[in-house]
Amino acid sequence: MPHSRPMSARSRPEPPADLLPARFAAWFAGRGWQIRSHQLAMLEAARAGRSALLVAPTGGGKTLAGFLPSLVELAEQGGGRGLHTLYVSPLKALAVDVARNLTQPVAEMGLAVSIETRSGDTPPGKRQRQRLRPPDILLTTPEQIALLLSFDEAAAMFGGLRHVVIDEAHALWAGKRGDLLALGLERIASLAPGLRRVGLSATVADRGRLLRWVVGPAVDQAVLVEGAPGAPPEARILTPDGEIPWSGHSARYALRAILQAVAGAGTSLIFVNTRSQAEFLFQSLWALNDDALAIALHHGSLAPEQRRKVEAAMAAGRLKAVVCTSTLDLGIDWGAVDLVIQVGAPKGAARMIQRIGRANHRLDAPSRALMVPANRFEVLECEAALAAIDEGALDPEAMRSGALDVLAQHVLGCAVGGGFSDAALYDEIVRAAPYAGLDRRTFDRVVDYVATGGYALRRYERFARIRKVGDIWRISHGGIARQYRLNVGTIVEAPMLKVRLGRRMLGEIEEWFIDQLVPGDSFVFAGLVLEFRGLDETTAMVRKSAAEAPKVPSYEGGKFPLSTFLAAKVRHLLAHPGQWRRLPAPVTEWLALQRRYSVLPGEHQLLVETFPRADKFYLVAYPFEGRLAHQTLGMLLTRRMERAGLGPLGFVASDYALAAWSLKDAGRADLPALFDEDMLGDDLEAWLAESNLMKRTFRTNAVIAGLIERRYPGETKNGRQVTFSSDLIYDVLRRHEPDHILLQATYADAAAGLLDIRRLGDMLRRVKGAICHRPLARVSPLAVPVLLDIGRESVRGAATDMLLAEAAAALLAEAAR
Amino acid sequence: MSAVTLAGLRLELDPSGAVFAPEAGVLVVADLHFEKGSSFAARGVLLPPYDSLVTLDGLEGAIGRHGPRRVVALGDSFHDAGGPARLDPLVRQRLGRLAATADLVWVAGNHDPALPASLPGRVAECLELGPVALIHDPSACRGPWIAGHFHPKARVTVRGRAITARCFVADGERLLLPAFGAYAGGLEVRDPAIRRLFPGAFDTHVIGPGAIHRLAGRPRRAALPAE
Repeated sequence: MPHSRPMSARSRPEPPADLLPARFAAWFAGRGWQIRSHQLAMLEAARAGRSALLVAPTGGGKTLAGFLPSLVELAEQGGGRGLHTLYVSPLKALAVDVARNLTQPVAEMGLAVSIETRSGDTPPGKRQRQRLRPPDILLTTPEQIALLLSFDEAAAMFGGLRHVVIDEAHALWAGKRGDLLALGLERIASLAPGLRRVGLSATVADRGRLLRWVVGPAVDQAVLVEGAPGAPPEARILTPDGEIPWSGHSARYALRAILQAVAGAGTSLIFVNTRSQAEFLFQSLWALNDDALAIALHHGSLAPEQRRKVEAAMAAGRLKAVVCTSTLDLGIDWGAVDLVIQVGAPKGAARMIQRIGRANHRLDAPSRALMVPANRFEVLECEAALAAIDEGALDPEAMRSGALDVLAQHVLGCAVGGGFSDAALYDEIVRAAPYAGLDRRTFDRVVDYVATGGYALRRYERFARIRKVGDIWRISHGGIARQYRLNVGTIVEAPMLKVRLGRRMLGEIEEWFIDQLVPGDSFVFAGLVLEFRGLDETTAMVRKSAAEAPKVPSYEGGKFPLSTFLAAKVRHLLAHPGQWRRLPAPVTEWLALQRRYSVLPGEHQLLVETFPRADKFYLVAYPFEGRLAHQTLGMLLTRRMERAGLGPLGFVASDYALAAWSLKDAGRADLPALFDEDMLGDDLEAWLAESNLMKRTFRTNAVIAGLIERRYPGETKNGRQVTFSSDLIYDVLRRHEPDHILLQATYADAAAGLLDIRRLGDMLRRVKGAICHRPLARVSPLAVPVLLDIGRESVRGAATDMLLAEAAAALLAEAAR
Repeated sequence: MSAVTLAGLRLELDPSGAVFAPEAGVLVVADLHFEKGSSFAARGVLLPPYDSLVTLDGLEGAIGRHGPRRVVALGDSFHDAGGPARLDPLVRQRLGRLAATADLVWVAGNHDPALPASLPGRVAECLELGPVALIHDPSACRGPWIAGHFHPKARVTVRGRAITARCFVADGERLLLPAFGAYAGGLEVRDPAIRRLFPGAFDTHVIGPGAIHRLAGRPRRAALPAE
């Protein structure tokens, strides 16, 4: 895949070593290190006053490369002249860790450089002092930058800033936090004329776009530096002998093999895709853990203290393994990790590579990784991911434009931080990459929203949050500044309830999940089987359960859909039997059966099978576009089937396929019409009107854009109240002002996020005229997994796999009849 | 039509959250919370300004269905004391028309203890409907009552799906009305604040999208025992 590579440093001769002052050279020599070429390239870029993006694998001295120019400059000029370098990281723990690592060379070289961190946990007195007398180097998070910009001291504080270093830029740029940071960086650039920007990133597919995001419009002046690639990872698929499940996500069949791998390694990270899988796997591993290997659990709903405890035990080398979710995708360097195990398919090649990189932070030694597919389709997906890793190919980030709710927050922030004029702020905003395409009319609507709510009636003119005096917009009273500062940031958590066992707080769990429980129900949380006893305000009271078959939480959080890139690779693999050599025997047999009884999905076609079963008719389509897009397709397709008089009864969606069942045979209907692209018009509108997904999305938009408050001064408004009122507001707004800018933002988010409309639209266009319909007498082998998903929700607990195996055998016998 | 009997009086429950006494021709609503949106706006939280319109649409709908001679708003009709002054002229005009066709009575609530005389209709401290007291907060009442103040809603789990909806709460002597206002929040009916109003078992009448569903009361269960 071709990448734009402006001024790549890799192909040029080595930069001269005299860039490195003697004191630094001696320090490197003293540690027995040799300065790496990308570190020199970063020094050279700084010397030329150029911004830069450094793309390098983990373990390559990337952070030091980002800071070397600052340290050299501070060593030459002396510190104490105000803020010199600003470091931004997606995690405050990472900022703290980097500060610690930076203090070492500074102390050893005897540099007079002050280094401080700043986060929500920094005491108020220290935060205030940092605004008035900032350190030479400040390490912080994107939210703190927005906050700092809202104070009167911002101009003085940032005026002399020389460098800003954005760490893990690949993890920040493609979301709302990235939008907010990009806007903040342009604000800082306006205040600091001598600023250069530095991005540090793991390998990404589209370096040119990331460079533009980091450095702003002066991209042709900037340098892309690529670190030497590390040793290629040693990744393989773990498939124990015997059967591979047809369906499900438990990987129960591979538990003993996983324990063996853990026992044979130093320290392992075991990644799964959802919190429920983490709970389940942790539980099942311990049930078989005869050697009492020290295995811990880490995910986003555990209480912070509990997570800190696991991290500390990990750092101290007391653990053999941690079962974790994406909470440990990023983070501080644990030198001891030498094996990464991915249980369940990785869903994206870039995520897999990121996770593999968590093992062995040393460049010369390969990272070792095992992938454990939980079912047959996942075997294909893991194989496709392996192929991508071998080729060094990555999923490209989807193009997206900056979110309007984030822009609204920033606009208010600019008014809080001393005021703005429309024209100047607009010019500044379109310099930020995510907003480069923002038209002036939309910008004006956002400003109007910030001022009066942007309602057609304009009834709130007298309550305006910002007012224009002459040419300058300012906040109308000081309370607005306080509100803004309490609500700053783009991370909006789902409403959570605390989970309490006796006097112990176990952590937090999504409200919607608890809402579905009745007292007496059991579920797995924090590695324990718990019985729900009742609600006490915002706390779910539980006790230890004696039940053996818990109702496992099916959290939606953290479930990534299969990436477009990997999906294309899976389709390709299916369509080319010559490449099946590496697949385990049960999988090749399965695919061969599919070829015999139906047909394999073509690479550029949409295979649709229809067949009768029991007293119903089934339609199974194989778009391979991920669960979210398939769910949306299912909603819309069944609406159309209803209109066509087919009597649809239900549907089920997986990452690979969609099955719908009906009273009449959809195979006799006009299939191209059923799958026509125009379903994204009126059908979508009608469905959205009643969709809860839209309400959930709107709540996030409303909080970010400051329509509803995250919390009040002095009290934290709990999520239950926010949810309740945002649903009402959504209904009222939809009815009275369907064109409101926040509804526009909600639609854009839903289209790219929970509903994945963009991907569905791309697919429908792609398969136009390329639908391959197979009317069959009975279920096909490929359809077995998705049919097994039907009713999976109601079949829970220990008996699940047994029942599934039984059902699979019956279905397969039927398919092969 | 859902109905309950209260101290011998037959009352019809309206899906809007109102209750109608057919013999007396009285329609009772509680907690309209007019101008809640603009009340928040004054604090810098710019909720959509359409809530009074939505609430009024609902009230006119209920009046259209029952044709009452008297309409009683059972307190907290305005979200704050400044509410009446902020009413949109159109909403005020429609309230005027309403007051011309029925005897419109505003009972005081804790959010609106003193209502201006300029408001269409008349203002009353409390009111009676036969043996039944009409009052905003019934906490101090001994006899039968119809009241608001608590904004009851019910959370029901049906086949794995949780549904939360406004509800009436009744036990033959007492009737607690749901909040009528478009932006009014709610309090779960199992909350001790609501349970302590009813000495014994009570029925919950949950307002669904198409009908009102009666969930028969069970004898009161003890609160969570201590661990």
